[in-house]
Amino acid sequence: MNLVLRPAALCAMLALAAAFAALPTRADDIQDINKLIRAGQHAQAMDRVNQVLAKKPRDAQARFLKGVILAEQNRPQEAIEVFTKLSQDYPELPEPYNNLAVLYAAQGQYEKARQQLEMSIRTHPSYATAYENLGDVYAKLASQAYDKALQLDSANSTAKNKLSLIKELISRAPSATPAVAAQPPSAVAAAPKAAPRAAEPKSEPAAPRTGPATAQASAPGAGDEVLKTVQAWASAWSKKDVDGYLAFYASDFKPPKGEARAQWEKSRKERISAPKRIQVTIEAPRVTLKGDDNAVVSFRQKYRSDNLQSNNSKTLVLVRAEGKWKIQQERVGG
Amino acid sequence: MNAKGRIAVAAAAIVALAVMGALATFGKSVAPAVAQAIDPDTAKMMAGDRTADAYLARAFDDISRERFDLAQGEIDALLKVKPNFRLAHLIKGDLLLVRARPVNAIGAVKNAPSDRLEGLRAEAIARLRAYRERPRADLVPRYLMQMRDDQKYAIVVDTHRSRLYLYQNVDGRPRFVADYYVSSGKNGAAKRREGDEKTPVGVYHVVASLPRQKLSDFYGTGAFPIDYPNEWDRLQGRNGHGIWLHGVPSDTYSRPPRASNGCVVLANADLDAIARDLQVGLTPVIISEDVEWTSVDDWAHERKAFQAQLEQWRADWESRDADRYLGHYSPHFRAGSEDLAAWSRHKRLVNTGKTWIKVGVRNVSMFRNPGKEDLVVVTFDQDYRSNNLSNTMRKRQYWAREGGTWRIVYEGSA
Repeated sequence: MNLVLRPAALCAMLALAAAFAALPTRADDIQDINKLIRAGQHAQAMDRVNQVLAKKPRDAQARFLKGVILAEQNRPQEAIEVFTKLSQDYPELPEPYNNLAVLYAAQGQYEKARQQLEMSIRTHPSYATAYENLGDVYAKLASQAYDKALQLDSANSTAKNKLSLIKELISRAPSATPAVAAQPPSAVAAAPKAAPRAAEPKSEPAAPRTGPATAQASAPGAGDEVLKTVQAWASAWSKKDVDGYLAFYASDFKPPKGEARAQWEKSRKERISAPKRIQVTIEAPRVTLKGDDNAVVSFRQKYRSDNLQSNNSKTLVLVRAEGKWKIQQERVGG
Repeated sequence: MNAKGRIAVAAAAIVALAVMGALATFGKSVAPAVAQAIDPDTAKMMAGDRTADAYLARAFDDISRERFDLAQGEIDALLKVKPNFRLAHLIKGDLLLVRARPVNAIGAVKNAPSDRLEGLRAEAIARLRAYRERPRADLVPRYLMQMRDDQKYAIVVDTHRSRLYLYQNVDGRPRFVADYYVSSGKNGAAKRREGDEKTPVGVYHVVASLPRQKLSDFYGTGAFPIDYPNEWDRLQGRNGHGIWLHGVPSDTYSRPPRASNGCVVLANADLDAIARDLQVGLTPVIISEDVEWTSVDDWAHERKAFQAQLEQWRADWESRDADRYLGHYSPHFRAGSEDLAAWSRHKRLVNTGKTWIKVGVRNVSMFRNPGKEDLVVVTFDQDYRSNNLSNTMRKRQYWAREGGTWRIVYEGSA
């Protein structure tokens, strides 16, 4: 099983920690350290952090970054120590718990990781990264239970996980989920119920304005198009139109959990074909445009079939290619 | 409600349905029992019951009410006492996984060896079914017509339900004591041939006790061989050997319903529990594919009728009226190498030398043979005295009902 954990987004942490810390560290220092981490210059980053900490030993931001650098430097025990103390001093911060969980998971201590993530969520109930991590940890714990159930001896792949974890930390941190919320207010919050539920699944996306969106100022129009696409996607799903539904996904769509595209399509086909009827409705959608060809839509997805009802928050990342909006990422949660 | 809660609830419904769905595919009669809410009496019984099946049943009930947290508590508690219970690990996996993604079957594990997974699923269904459908207090297994006084207990096995029932002999009446999950032959029941990996169906007895020191770990805490093939099996041309009741390896709590080479396999703790009550050479082990249950009234009626039948045979033998006596024997009768003609010639010859015969019949046991045909296995101590010969023996007869009349189809020493 391939466990990919998402370390706490640094910028989210920074925003929170900055608001929290009694004596805010100079933003310059923190930005510089971040740049160094991103550039992989861990030793330099560590020097700068230590300089900051020499002056302000209790500074939450600097201590957090030190933990991150230690994790990057493959010094998990020291990183765990830093994050543990940080979480004791600032128990209301979700990020240290999350990163502790990442470190524990990398060591194969999934039960400990679970506890930390639950703490993280307790302190910050809408913390998406912790949810996603928790989902992965649950899946890993599940697979351990399955191994016992089925007398399987799945190879212990913790070492691999640890390596990929560290890479994740560098590459993901600056652009993780909160970046979506951090987009400037050119974002368009579409009217929640304006789009009719009966949006035609075929006609809407199949009739794009072929003259590509040259008028880049048409943010509201693009927001409507995105929303219509999402509604049409839900409509195809409701009609159990598997081909129509799958056509909404971009060619570079990344199925969750690293599943192969073909495998994912097969399982979607099965899931959608199985119930006699399905009704998917989209409520309270929020569209955030990032440039002309990227959009993030968050909404409440109400799913009802003959044997299941659910009400989830969902986020779709859409990209526009040749005038059509297609789903590039899909995840449950904010 | 936070996101975690929403995800969990959404997934809960799927698991609950999966459990019911699995039961529905297994046996239609089971599904309603699971789907409907548990009545207060059952709930009360469940609350205090600390058997593995009780934990499982409570966990499934929690799942059907979308209470994953409670279900997980039950499973964790169960694993604390039965750490090698693979089915519990499987359900634990589902309960964890369901927090991450939808689960649509018991054992949502990917790329698992399908035979093992199916085995555990079948075990879940068998255990849950047995727990939900308790043996009724007003019914007894039809097979236990009469136990002799010193037969303290009897065992009845239902291979379809993967269940072993222990009955105590209380003044000649079978009284339910306990029931246990069992595994039986990979290829089902009604053994015919050596190596067919089926569990025999019939009336057997415990014939030995093998202590664990003499066994490999595979057989667990002990083994109790039974006397397959019995006289009737041999007459039917059935063969094979080595059918035992036994335990499980030390790293295993239980095995799937269809797992053995024909033996009846219990959890070690369960085997230990019944071992105290097993009497070598005495305790009957009646194996059925689908146990027939009868009311106590009907049971008493059948028992009385058959007692009268046996008494008539005894009296007719004493009467020295060869025709009346031989009238109890079937045209298909066999005794060793003798058929009815040879048997009749012999009996008539012997009879001519008799001026008196006294036949005493003691310690009678009567067990109905499982299956469609009316067949009763009678075992007793026979005191035979006559003017020129006396002997005492333990005798076994198989009586079959042919055209409404009970006749002896086999007779021999036991």
